[in-house]
Amino acid sequence: MIFKQYFNNAGISVLFLSILGVITLGVPFLNLVIPADNPFHLSTYTMTIFGKYLTYALLAISVDLVWGYLGILSLGHGAFFALGGYGMGMYLMRQIGPRGEYGHPVLPDFMVFLNWQELPWFWHGFQWFWFAMLMAVLIPMLLSVLFGWFAFKSRVTGVYLSIITQALTYSLLLAFFRNEMGFGGNNGLTDFKDILGFPLQADSTRAALFAASGVALGLGYLACRFIIKSKLGRVCMAIRDSEDRTLFIGYKVSHIKLCIFAFSAALAGVAGALYVPQVGIINPSEFSPLNSIEIVIWVAVGGRATLYGAVVGAVIVNYSKTFLTAAMPEVWLFALGALFILVTILIPDGFVGLFSKKKEAA
Amino acid sequence: MNSLYGTRIFTQIIALISGLIFLGGVFTSTVYAKPENSTFTNSLKLLAQINYKKKEAGIDMLAASNDPRSIDVVKALIGGKLYYVKKNKVVVFANKKEAIYEITSVLTGENLGPIKKRKLKKINTNNRIRTKIKLILNRLNLNHPEPQVRLKAANIILEDLNEGNKDILIAKLATETNVEVRKVLVIASDIADLTSSEPEKQLKALGNLSGCLIPVVYKTLTQLIETEKNKSVKNEIRAVLAGIETRRSIFAFFETLFFGLSQGSIFVLAAIGLAITFGVIGVINMAHGELIMIGAYTTFVIQLLMPNSIGLSLFLAVPAAFIVSGCIGIIIERTVIRFLYGRPLETLLATFGISLVLQQAVRTIFSPLNQSVKTPEWMSGSIMINEVFSLTMNRVVILIFLLIVFSGLLLVMKKTSIGLRVRAVSQNRNMARAMGVHAASIDALTFGLGSGIAGVAGVALSQLTNVGPNLGQAYIIDSFMVVVFGGVGNLWGTLIAGLSLGTANKFIEPFAGPVLAKILILVFIIIFIQKRPMGLFPQKGRAAVA
Repeated sequence: MIFKQYFNNAGISVLFLSILGVITLGVPFLNLVIPADNPFHLSTYTMTIFGKYLTYALLAISVDLVWGYLGILSLGHGAFFALGGYGMGMYLMRQIGPRGEYGHPVLPDFMVFLNWQELPWFWHGFQWFWFAMLMAVLIPMLLSVLFGWFAFKSRVTGVYLSIITQALTYSLLLAFFRNEMGFGGNNGLTDFKDILGFPLQADSTRAALFAASGVALGLGYLACRFIIKSKLGRVCMAIRDSEDRTLFIGYKVSHIKLCIFAFSAALAGVAGALYVPQVGIINPSEFSPLNSIEIVIWVAVGGRATLYGAVVGAVIVNYSKTFLTAAMPEVWLFALGALFILVTILIPDGFVGLFSKKKEAA
Repeated sequence: MNSLYGTRIFTQIIALISGLIFLGGVFTSTVYAKPENSTFTNSLKLLAQINYKKKEAGIDMLAASNDPRSIDVVKALIGGKLYYVKKNKVVVFANKKEAIYEITSVLTGENLGPIKKRKLKKINTNNRIRTKIKLILNRLNLNHPEPQVRLKAANIILEDLNEGNKDILIAKLATETNVEVRKVLVIASDIADLTSSEPEKQLKALGNLSGCLIPVVYKTLTQLIETEKNKSVKNEIRAVLAGIETRRSIFAFFETLFFGLSQGSIFVLAAIGLAITFGVIGVINMAHGELIMIGAYTTFVIQLLMPNSIGLSLFLAVPAAFIVSGCIGIIIERTVIRFLYGRPLETLLATFGISLVLQQAVRTIFSPLNQSVKTPEWMSGSIMINEVFSLTMNRVVILIFLLIVFSGLLLVMKKTSIGLRVRAVSQNRNMARAMGVHAASIDALTFGLGSGIAGVAGVALSQLTNVGPNLGQAYIIDSFMVVVFGGVGNLWGTLIAGLSLGTANKFIEPFAGPVLAKILILVFIIIFIQKRPMGLFPQKGRAAVA
């Protein structure tokens, strides 16, 4: 059954990547080249929103990789996403330079406001883009390795693992709210001016960020697919289906889990780094347990263990969120709650599963 | 007219006597030459000024006037009932009757009849003035016939002992007969002796004050040790201070312990329902926090229904919250959770969805804002053990409440047939069914029981924190931590885990601050679970393997 899915997936993957390619190239084209009065013109606002969805989709893929294929329900992936976002945010803060409200040449506004005299040590190096991006990937990876090393070694599994991942993101939420942490406290990092010298407000920069998100999603998808199709991927699924048996056969379950978990955290970090310049702010609320659990529901809605299902789920749920929170804000939580309940009870395979089952029956 | 004059003379004589006895001062104004106490009249003039500095001066004069009417004046002033008539600046007591004010002259006691509000001007006070008034009231209360009132006044003055009021207390020592009040006065005189220039007097006072925990004693001693010249006195002060410090730190320890236990009892109350749903039937109920919130809202609604008897409403709220939350729990179990047994991760997601729906429902029905739930009088205030150690009443009540709930639950689980069946199903479902236990209804009952306990916890929490739609979210992670730390399926484990986590939290807080303390505890549990995945008290036997 699982094998059959693979071979079917090859076709779907091609389809998915071509659609993604068309979107990645087409949306910036519709925004930049088509004049504003033409009905086919796409506003920068819409493009930015869809760019945000693409980063969410990448995040969803990273969760699907560990939940769908490894059986780890992580309720803390929002933490890795937010850490990546803070990495990018710190770079963007340093880029503001003397243009801040207080006009300090080095210190970001909030530090001047808090009467800090010099830059904390962990803010050094973030003036370089390459360093910030490296950190946006490395820090989530490091945290996931540290966390996973403890958790997987002592064979914490199932709901226990889920709950402690939630505790992890919750404690980070509390920590980042503190002004003394040096990450802007409650307000987070915002008021960004430009990235790599290009002004963030410009249409062309937005289009480039959109395209970058599309490319990152495509590459992330390919990388995950590569892992899944490899021998490592099969061992992953064996762990998911019967961890003890895999262990007894002789695989180092904890090492494999650690590798995949760290890779997934890195993907989430990349997604966060691409998310921040598009929305223009990063604050501690990204660490809230609700955010992390929402990611899981994107994957559940789209369909577990399919990768493209996670993308579909992320886009559908977030589109409805954007739509509903604007049109009927009080309904959104009802809708989200109902989605959690109905999807888990009625369509455990998600929308994609609904679709492929029909095809099988036909 | 004649009789009025007579009363006036009488009051003057009273004032004269009181002045002589209480303050030991000399009553300067001549009673017979002037029919009215000039200090008193002048002070009233000053009170009717807009300028707060002048009002303050007026109050000082009032205190110095030794006029018996001054106590009424300052009481009216602090109660906002002192006005003056705009036209002639006569200071009056005003009683509001509908839109009209009934006024009485302060000076003559004459009823000046009803008057419209716009003809009056209220004599406003500021913070400084109010503090001053309280001090003066205390001085006046020192001569109150009730010993309790005198004791309170003496204590308050002692707290803020200075050169100005020291003598008042010492002078009072001569006439005071009540033992309790005398104790306070003796301390005041000892403190005064400390600063005297005779070493013998100082040493004697030090001997009396040794081990005394009253803050002002400690304060005076720490100041004195800097300035004291005499060596033997200085050594004695050092010894007494060391003794006081030891006692203070012992009581500080007990206080932290008490706060920790009360924090822990909140943890346990929030977690104990979860210990049943998660521990006994293995359901991850992320909506547990919202069931707590519903319990708190039930308390709120019952208080709305009977606003005049807050204390009784709280007693009614306990069973009501149990029933409301319990019923909602059973509905959740019958409509959602029973389809998901054996799929814990899916249960987690579905119940999370339920928690969102319940939160939004409360937001829609009530409001997104916090609601104010009143605390009955017997729950406010505190039990004072000594000067540095007092137990807050509401926390004591909650600690006792926890013990009642916990032992009740333990009784249900261990001594009733329902409890027996619940344990049977949790230990071996198939075997229990073979013995004729209807497992499905036991599941629903257990879930209802756990949810009901959550509701009861909500009643307790409504007395401590804000009641709002987010109430539950704040406790859900803590509750899971407590259950997991204590060992799943073990009520005693939950109790010990909750109390110890709460205590640890309070002991870390002074060094690290509340947020960091919380983070440290979370990190500790994360590491602990990885070392002992089954918690402090793991289940033993076959049930643990299944």
